[in-house]
Formats: sequence, structure tokens, C-alpha cells
Amino acid sequence: MDSKLFPEGVQRCSFGQFATWMTVITAVFLVGVYSAVLVLYNGIGTTGLDNYFGFGLWITFDLAVIALGAGAFFTGFLKYILKIKQLEKIINLTVIVGFICYSGAMLVLTLDIGQPGRAWFGYWHPNVHSMLTEVIFCITCYCTVLVIEYVPLILEQKQLNKIPFIHALAHNMHVNMALFAGLGTFLSTFHQGSLGGMYGVLIGRPYAFREGFFIWPWTFFLFVLSAVGSGPVFTVLVCTFMEKLTGKKLVEYKVKALMGKIAGTMLTIYIFLKILDTWAWATGYLPSVGLTFDDMFYGVAYGKWMMFTEIVLCGVVPAIMLITPAIRNRPFLLYTAALLDCAGVTINRYVFTVQTIAFPAMPFDKWFVYYPNWVEWASSIMIVAYGFLVLSLSYRYLPVFPQERRLNYK
Amino acid sequence: MQTKEFKVKWGMVIDIDKCTGCGACMVACQVENNIAPMTAKDPHNYVQAITTDRDDASNKLRTLTWMNVYELSNGKSFPDHEVAYLPRPCMQCENPACVPVCPVVATDKNEEGGIVSQIYPRCIGCRYCMAACPYHARYFNWWDPLYPVGMDKQLSPAASPRPRGVVEKCSFCHTRFQQAKDLARQNDEDPNNLPDGAYVTACTEVCPTGAITFGDLNNPEHAVHDLAKGPNAFRLLEKLGLHPQVYYVSKREWVRKQGDNYKAGDKH
Repeated sequence: MDSKLFPEGVQRCSFGQFATWMTVITAVFLVGVYSAVLVLYNGIGTTGLDNYFGFGLWITFDLAVIALGAGAFFTGFLKYILKIKQLEKIINLTVIVGFICYSGAMLVLTLDIGQPGRAWFGYWHPNVHSMLTEVIFCITCYCTVLVIEYVPLILEQKQLNKIPFIHALAHNMHVNMALFAGLGTFLSTFHQGSLGGMYGVLIGRPYAFREGFFIWPWTFFLFVLSAVGSGPVFTVLVCTFMEKLTGKKLVEYKVKALMGKIAGTMLTIYIFLKILDTWAWATGYLPSVGLTFDDMFYGVAYGKWMMFTEIVLCGVVPAIMLITPAIRNRPFLLYTAALLDCAGVTINRYVFTVQTIAFPAMPFDKWFVYYPNWVEWASSIMIVAYGFLVLSLSYRYLPVFPQERRLNYK
Repeated sequence: MQTKEFKVKWGMVIDIDKCTGCGACMVACQVENNIAPMTAKDPHNYVQAITTDRDDASNKLRTLTWMNVYELSNGKSFPDHEVAYLPRPCMQCENPACVPVCPVVATDKNEEGGIVSQIYPRCIGCRYCMAACPYHARYFNWWDPLYPVGMDKQLSPAASPRPRGVVEKCSFCHTRFQQAKDLARQNDEDPNNLPDGAYVTACTEVCPTGAITFGDLNNPEHAVHDLAKGPNAFRLLEKLGLHPQVYYVSKREWVRKQGDNYKAGDKH
């Protein structure tokens, strides 16, 4: 029915099958829309957040998807600036995943701030000393860059591309893409860092506070490194998931292993510095404010197991797996390492967001445990569903994978 | 450490040994500053009517208490058990954690007197300042403020009410500060050199045991100047370096010890 719209020389499932799939995803999406309406109409009181936990699932979700979306800027940097040619086979997917992650994060942020109508104040009344101001600047600008990177892919749609003007426009945008890749790299590096800096500057929160270099606390650099250490393999996971779903080979394994190698290298550097940072924090900073390492943890929700899972099981282990060629070159082990890696960065973002504010700094205060409620879950899952919709449409109608024809129909 | 110094530094000294924990300061604060009580039903919101109720005042993690009284315990069992009460307004820190983090300059420490401001029409409600403040002095408007019928008649015309979705906190009854300065100008006095007692907060005025003293910490003629320098005076979490402008006094050592963390020994 819609086969004329497919990319050149590939097969897709029947329209009925596609429509059923899209209907199911849309249903999930609509549940999220309902929760978003409740938040916007009744107020943020409908969530599980409170005065002790002003940040919760939403901010964790934002930070996690932005870290995992880092595959876009880092792969773009390696492909366009360092000219690693292999990566052109997966670059389109990294752009789409990045676009979904960033636009999704911005949607969640509009729910998360109490006065969404004043979101533009970040530009109008900026406080240049705030890390969050830089996050607002860079995320909005970088999201625009991702749109610019995504548009030529849409213009290359088979029927659209027959129009001479669109064909020429897409071509010219491609020619200049290195400029946007460079711009994206700059913007993205800075706000990944600022997201980490947001926590590192909190002088009143001993769990997160870090010394640093000039105005940047160590968390600034750690967040950049952990993002580039996990973003590329997240794209690999998305690609593999799409392959399992469609039953086709979309990117040759060599490219995935290369992405694993890139992420693994960055992750190894990251985890080395993260361990040093944690050690310095536990033995240097904490005693200086009268606290001990043990004080920072409480019960199961904020237990030490989380830190060890993050740093050892989801940090050291995947780092070793990804930098060892014999392990990296086995698909099952690569995907396992990728999953651990992505889980690790998510836990990192969670503890920095929630455990930071859960720790009762005043000795007479007590720990509270935060549970997100269904409204927060539904609106977060809405973003996942939105990602599925964008990816499904892109895969069906746009030439996302340059290798698809050669790998499947030869 | 970066602290912002002013010629006049409004501060508070709270004598914990005098505090009975009656909560009059909390009530006075709510009335003075038009803090809306929490009501489960919102008759103006039809969507709310068909969905779940709002929080009532029993959810203490959602209520707005600019002044909040904490109960301290010495942790011993009877007959050695002792409690103390610690009223906690905004500390108006000299090196505030909340001010530099605000992305839109909705909170600032920039006015003579050193009171940390909160500009409600500017606040976007990101709650980053709440995450920054270790004293939990900042509160968010989770729901539309609603004053039950009749209660609207006793609202103070001086304090501006806040909409849903913004952060608010103790301002040392800033409207009283403005009124005191206006009065000084009318009487041809120097508004930047108010005498002791010309400007006090609602909690100070109402406290039945006189546990709260308010004044200019820099002015030797004000009682707080000497009280804050007393041998039993301390501030909350001094090691973090936020330099609060609120001091506490207690003759009991276990109370003073609860003002900061000493578990790793005192290395400062």
C-alpha cells in the first residue's frame, strides 16, 4: 500500500502489520499524554515529588537519556572531524537516537518545571554563574543542531528526493554537515559537563560536592566521559534491537565492534578517574566536613550496593569487556557489556540526582525514601513510546541504513 | 570562601533553651506571609474534581512552612532523655548555596541587609535551589494556593501571594523591613540605621518565651550583635561553609553538637 515510499531496494512488513504496531505504541503514548495533562492542568502535586525530593525520576530520566544520546555527538565528531569512515554506516541512526533523546528530555523538562510558560526566562534573565543556565542554552541549541542533522535524512526519502530542489538542498546540507557536527560536539560536550557540574557545585550537599579545576568541579569532566563511554554502545543496542525486531541485518558487526571499542576506551578512562574521584571524596572531602563514607548510605534504597554495582559491575566489568578484542568481537558478550555500561551510567545519574538530596545534612534530620508515582512513570514511558514512533517511521520510510540492501538482498 | 558582606546584616539569634516548641512562630509566619493552607478539594478545578484529591496539611513533605520547628533528642532513654526544639527559618546565608545555582536570577543576595530574596514572578519552578539548600528552607507550590471562604478576608495586603509552580521561602518578613524603612524616612531618620526593635520578623514578635531575637548583627547597639558572639552560640552546618545569618544558643552541649556533623572527628 505504501511501498512506493520505502527506501530504494528494501522490503518492509505489510501496512496492516505496521499499523497494528503503531496503534499499540500510540496507546502507550496516549496514557503518557493523559498523565502530562494532569501535571500541566492540576499541578506537579500529582507526582510523587515533594519538598525533600524536588528532583526525582524525571531529572534522572533526562540525565540518563541525554547521556545515552551522546552517541550522536561523539560519533558525529569521530566521523566528520576525525574522519573515521567506517562510522558512516551507523551515523544516521546515532542522529535519530540523539534527536529522540534530546527532544524527549526537553518534553519532560517542560513538565518538570513549575512554570513552563516561563521556560524562555533562561535566555531572557540568564544567571551566568548557574550550571543550569548553560544546560538550558546548550540543550536547546544542540537540539536544533540535531534537527538540522536529521532534516537531510528526511529529505532523502525516495519520493521527496525526486524533487530537484529538495535533492539539491539535501545534498548541500550533507556537504556542510561537518560544520554542524563540530558545533554539536562543542555544545554537547559542554552541557554533558554542565549536567555533572550542576551536582558538583552543590556546596550544601556533601554527597555530590566536588572540588575541581577552575570553575568546573570534577563531576563536570566525569559526566562528559561517562556519556561518551556509554552513548555509542547505546546506539549499538538500539540497532541490535531493531535487527531482532525486523529480522534483518542493518549494520555489519565490524562497525558495532568499533563502536564498542570507542565506548570501551572512553569508559576505561572514565572508570579509572571515577574511582580516584570517589576515593578522594571519601577520604579527603567527607572527613573535612565531619562526615564518613558510611554516613552517605542508608537502607536498601540508598545502599552501598548501588555504588558498587555502578562502579564495579556496571563500570569496571564492561570496560574490561569492551577493550578486550576477544570479548568485544563476540556479539553476545558485546551486547552484555553494552547493557551493563548503559545501566551503570543510568545508576550514576540516579544516585547523583536522588541520593544527593536524600542525604540529611542536618544531624537531627532523617532520611526519606522517594518513590516516583504512576504519573512520573507514565510521562517518562511516553517519551520512550515517542522514540519508538519516530524510529518506526524513520526505519520504514527513510534510508537510515546504507548497508541494509547489501547485507540482506545479495 | 566567598561571602557577601553588607554594612547592615540582618540576623536572628534563637535561644533553643527557651523554645518550648509551641509552634506560634510557624503560625505567625503563615499568617504574616499569606501562606495558603492545604486543602484536599479545589472547587475551581473541574479536572481535579474528577481525579485524585490534592494533599491536605497532613502531608508534611508538601506543606509550606517557611518557619519549621524541628524536634531534637539526645538519644538517651528515660530518665536521661531530653528533647529540644529548633525553629528553622531561612538561614539567609552569607555564602548561599541556592543563589548561584538559580538559572534565571529569581533569587539573589544583593540588597543592603543581606536578606536572600525570592522573586516569584521570575521563578520558573525548576527546584534546583531546593536541591542546593541543605537546610530544607525552600518550599515549592505543588498545588494552586487556595484560601477557604472567609479566610481570604484576613489576607495581608502587604505580602504578595504566590502562584502554583514557584519556589518560596522565608524572607525575614521583608515587607516589615520595607515598612520600617518607610517609617524611618517619614520621621527623618536614617533607614539604613534602624534602631534595635524597629524591624522585627513576625516570629520574633509572637514568640511567647522570647526565644527569638532579631536585629543587625553588625550593629553593636543591637542585642543580636553580642548574643551571636556568646560562648554557647553556634550556627547550623558551619563546616559546609554557607555562613548562615541565623545563630542558635544553647547551654546544653548535646544540643550544640547537633548543629553540625562530627562523626569523622573535627579536622577543621
